[in-house]
Amino acid sequence: MSTQPEKAVEMVNIEIDGRAMEVPKNSMIIEATDKAGISIPRFCYHEKLSISANCRMCLVDIEKSPKPMPACATPVMEGMKVYTQSRRAIDAQHGVMEFLLINHPLDCPICDQGGECELQDLAMGYGRSVSRFSERKRVVKDHNIGSLVQTDLTRCIQCTRCVRFMDEIAGTNELGLMGRGDRMEIGTCLSQGVDSELSGNVIDLCPVGALTNKPFRFSARAWELIARPSLAVHDGVGSNLWYHTRSGSVMRAVPRDCESANETWLTDRDRYSHFGLNSEDRLLEPMVKVDGRWASVTWDEGIKAASRALRETVTAHGGASLGVLMSPSVSTEEYFLAQRMARGLDCPNIDHRLREQDFSDDAARRQAPAFQSPMAAIDDRDAILLVGSNIRHEAPILGQRVRKAWRKGASVAALNPVDWNFHFSLANKIISAPQNMVGELAAIARAVATATGKEIPASLQAALVGIQPDESHKAIADMLNGGSNGMLILGQVAMAHHQASWLRQLSRWIAEASGVVLNMVTNGGNTTGAALAGALPGQGVGGSEAEQGLNVREMLATPARTFLLWDIEPEFDMANPAMAKAALATAETVVAVSSYASDNLKACADVLLPLAPLAESEGRYYAYDGQSFDVERSARAAGQSKPGWRILRRLGAELELDGFSQVDISGVLEELRAGIGDEGSTLAEAELAAPGSGDDLHRVGEVAMYSADALCRRSEYLQQTVHADNAFVGLSPDDAGRKGLVEGSDVKVSQGEGRVILPVRIFNELPAGAVWVKSATSVSNELGDSFGPINVEAA
Amino acid sequence: MSHKADFIAGKKGLLNGETRATIDHWTAKFPPEHKRSALIQGLLAAQEQNGGWVSKDMIEAVADYLDLPPVWAYEVASFYSMIDQKPVGKHKVNICTNISCWLNGAEDLVSHVENKLGIRLGETTEDERITLVVEEECLAACCGAPMMVVDGHYHENLDTDKIDEILDGLD
Repeated sequence: MSTQPEKAVEMVNIEIDGRAMEVPKNSMIIEATDKAGISIPRFCYHEKLSISANCRMCLVDIEKSPKPMPACATPVMEGMKVYTQSRRAIDAQHGVMEFLLINHPLDCPICDQGGECELQDLAMGYGRSVSRFSERKRVVKDHNIGSLVQTDLTRCIQCTRCVRFMDEIAGTNELGLMGRGDRMEIGTCLSQGVDSELSGNVIDLCPVGALTNKPFRFSARAWELIARPSLAVHDGVGSNLWYHTRSGSVMRAVPRDCESANETWLTDRDRYSHFGLNSEDRLLEPMVKVDGRWASVTWDEGIKAASRALRETVTAHGGASLGVLMSPSVSTEEYFLAQRMARGLDCPNIDHRLREQDFSDDAARRQAPAFQSPMAAIDDRDAILLVGSNIRHEAPILGQRVRKAWRKGASVAALNPVDWNFHFSLANKIISAPQNMVGELAAIARAVATATGKEIPASLQAALVGIQPDESHKAIADMLNGGSNGMLILGQVAMAHHQASWLRQLSRWIAEASGVVLNMVTNGGNTTGAALAGALPGQGVGGSEAEQGLNVREMLATPARTFLLWDIEPEFDMANPAMAKAALATAETVVAVSSYASDNLKACADVLLPLAPLAESEGRYYAYDGQSFDVERSARAAGQSKPGWRILRRLGAELELDGFSQVDISGVLEELRAGIGDEGSTLAEAELAAPGSGDDLHRVGEVAMYSADALCRRSEYLQQTVHADNAFVGLSPDDAGRKGLVEGSDVKVSQGEGRVILPVRIFNELPAGAVWVKSATSVSNELGDSFGPINVEAA
Repeated sequence: MSHKADFIAGKKGLLNGETRATIDHWTAKFPPEHKRSALIQGLLAAQEQNGGWVSKDMIEAVADYLDLPPVWAYEVASFYSMIDQKPVGKHKVNICTNISCWLNGAEDLVSHVENKLGIRLGETTEDERITLVVEEECLAACCGAPMMVVDGHYHENLDTDKIDEILDGLD
C-alpha cells in the first residue's frame, strides 16, 4: 500500500430548524444535529456502529421530501432544509413510538433499566398516556447467554445495536435476528452463549431492558447510585470507567468515554472484576504472626512490626539482603515511595516485572512508555505484526483496535506459539513452539535485511546462525516494509518468554529497518508508571542511573533474607510460582502489603498490612502509550485498609528515612514529577549470549485472561465464563500421537519439583513442541516457569 | 468480517457432493467477499439433501462450508418459510391463501384438505407422507387462483376434486 494523499473534506450548506450550518458532504443529518446540540430521538443509531435505520424513531421533516425521513440514514445535500420540530416530524415520531410500545411490556417497576432507559425517557416525550392497543402483547422466551449478561427479550425493540456490536466491534457474530415480522427476535446460535471478551458492552448499547447486567440485577436503582470516575488496571490501556456506588460500595462499573484509550467500550474483565472487592479472604486489618499464629494488631503495631523487620535485616546484613517486589498494577505514587524507601535503606533490589523471565537486555531498556505511538494510532496502521501476543486476551481494547485497523484494510500477521482465534484474519502467520520463536523472528530479520538492503548488526548475528527465511518470512518482511505506517506489537507472551531479550532485540532492529513503530504490551496495569518512578533495579526516577540491584528472578534465585511483597500473590503473580514459593519459604521475614490474605500468603508472610485496591484508593496511572490518568477514591475502604502511598509514608517515617513527610497524595506526585524528564523510551542495542536451541517440549504459559490479577481472580462471575476454563494441558496432535495420549486422558505435567495432573486437550492450533498450560490459575500454580521446558507423561 | 466459530468446525463434512456443487455454482455468481449471498441457495440445497428440512447440524454445515458465522445461517433459515427447521413429510403441500386465491375460495380448500388428511396447517400426516405448509403467502400465480405448490410443482385453478386427485396421486 502506498501513501494516500489526504482527501480534503467537501462541505455542503444545510439548514436545520432555521440554523444554517456547514457539514461534510455525505454525512448524515443526525451527525450534524448531534454536533449542533439539536436533539433527535433515536434507538438504533449509534455513532460507533453501522447505520441500520430500523427503529424509525429519528424521522425528521425535510423540505421537498414527500414523507418524513430517518435522520440517521439520510445524507445531507446542498441547500437541504430540515425541520426536527415541525408538526409532521413530531407526528411521525409519535406514531413510531406508539408502534414501539405495542409489544413492549409495562414492567418498568421490575425492570433493571428503569430510570436509565432510553425507551422510558423518550416515551415520556413522545408516547401517549394511554395505550390504544388492546390485543395480546407478544412474549419472547429468554436465552441464557452466560453469567454476565441477562436477557429479557420480551422487552426488545429490535434495534439490533447488540447484533451490530457483536458483528462489527467484537467481531464474534454471536447474536442474530431470528424470524421475521412480529415474530422477529434476538437470538444466538441454538444454545450457544455469548463468549466475547467485550460482551458486556451490549448492556450499555441496549436502549431498553432487554440486555442487563446479570450480576448487578435487582441490587440497586439507577437513581440511588453515585457515579465516581475511575480506571481499570487489569491491563495498561487505562480504560476509563465510572464506578456506580451506593453508600460507599461499588455496585457496578460502566465505561467512561475516552477516545484515546477505551473509546466508549469496556472489557468484561474491567466491568465485572469489582465483584471481587468483597471477597471472603479480603484482608481487613493489620496482622502479625506471633509464634506461628496470626494476631490482629493496630496500624501502629503493624507498621512498627514491618519497619522493625526491614530495619533489622538491613542493619544486620546490609541493604542488599532485602528484596522489594511490587505488583505491576499499583499507583505511580506507590512505586515512587517504595523505591525511595528501598534506596533509603541501601537496598537496590526492587522490581515489578513479576511475569518476566529474561532480563539479559536490562541495561539497554529504558522503557517508559512501553509504546512508541499512541494506542489510538493502531486504528490507522496499514501493516501490523504481532509477535508473541494473544492480544484479544492480553488487552482486549487493543485487540479491538487491531481489528478496527484490519477492517479498514490493514494487513495483520503474527508470529505466535498458538494459533489463537483472533477476530481479524491473518494475512500471514507463523505458528512456532516457544523454543523456536527466536529463530523464526531471526528469519524475518534476514528477510527484512534482504528486502531493505540494510545490514543486520553484529549484536544479532548469534541468533542468525543457520537461519534462512522461507516464503512466509519474506511475506511478513514485505508486508512491514511495504506499508507506509506499520507497527510491530510485542505481546505479553513475548515479554514473558524465556528468550524475551532476543525477541526484543530482533524486533527492535526489524522495526527500525522497516520504519515501523515498536509497541510492547507489558504485563500489568501501570508498568509505565513503575518504570518512570524507578521501581526497577538499576533505574531510578525518570530512568536515572541507580545502584545496580537484583531483578525479580535473581531475588528469587538467591533468596533475600527479607522480602517486602507489595500487592502480590506469589503463587499466581510470578513467572515461576514454584521458585517464588521456595524463595519465600527460606526467607527469614516476609512483609506483605496486600488487599487479600490467601492461605498461601498467610503461610509465607510474617506481617500483613491491608492495602486498599484502586477503587478504594487514589493515584496516578500511566497507560501503555504514556498518557496519564489521575484517579480519585470511588468507594469506602473495606475494614482498616489504607491507600498504598499512606502505608509507605508511615513506613518511611517509622524507618526515619528522609522524604516521607507528605500530607497528601499531590505532594508525592509533585516530588515524582520533579524527577521525570522527557527522556522518552529507548531500547538500545544489547549484546546477548547466543540463544540456546530448544528442548523437546516447552510450555506456553500465557496468563489466563480472567486470572490477570487478584481482583479478577476473585470475581465469581468472570470465573463462570468459558474463559476461566483453564484446567487442561494442550498438546499438538503430533505430540499427543507420539506420546500415545488421547483427548481427555489425565497426564502428569511437571516442571522441576512441581507436578500436577491435568486432562489432555488436543489442539490443531498448537505446533509440535508446544505445551499449553496457562499461567496464574489454581491448577498451574504448582509448576515452574511460564515459558520453559516442561514434561508431559501419562499419569 | 467473519469469525472462526470453533463449534461448527468440520461440519461441512455433512454436505454431499451434489449439495456442494450447488453451493459452488451459486457462490460463483457473487463476488468472493460476498459468500453470504449464497446462503439461501445453500440452505435450500442442504434441505434437499436432508429430506425436506434442515437440522441444526445442516445449517451449521452450510455456514462452515461457506466460511460464515453460523448465526448468519440461522438468521436466513429462520426468516424464510421455504426453509423448514423441523422434520417434514415426504411431500410439501403449500396452498396459497393470499389475496387472489383467498377471494377464489382458498380457505374452503384448506379446510377440505385439513379434513381429508386429518391434520392442521403446519402439521404432518402420521404416515409422514404429507406436510401442509403453514399460511403460505402469494406464490405469484394469481392468474390461476386458487393454486397450490406441491414439491415445487404448480397446480392452478383448483377445486376439491382436483386437489383430491393430486393428493391421492402422491406416493
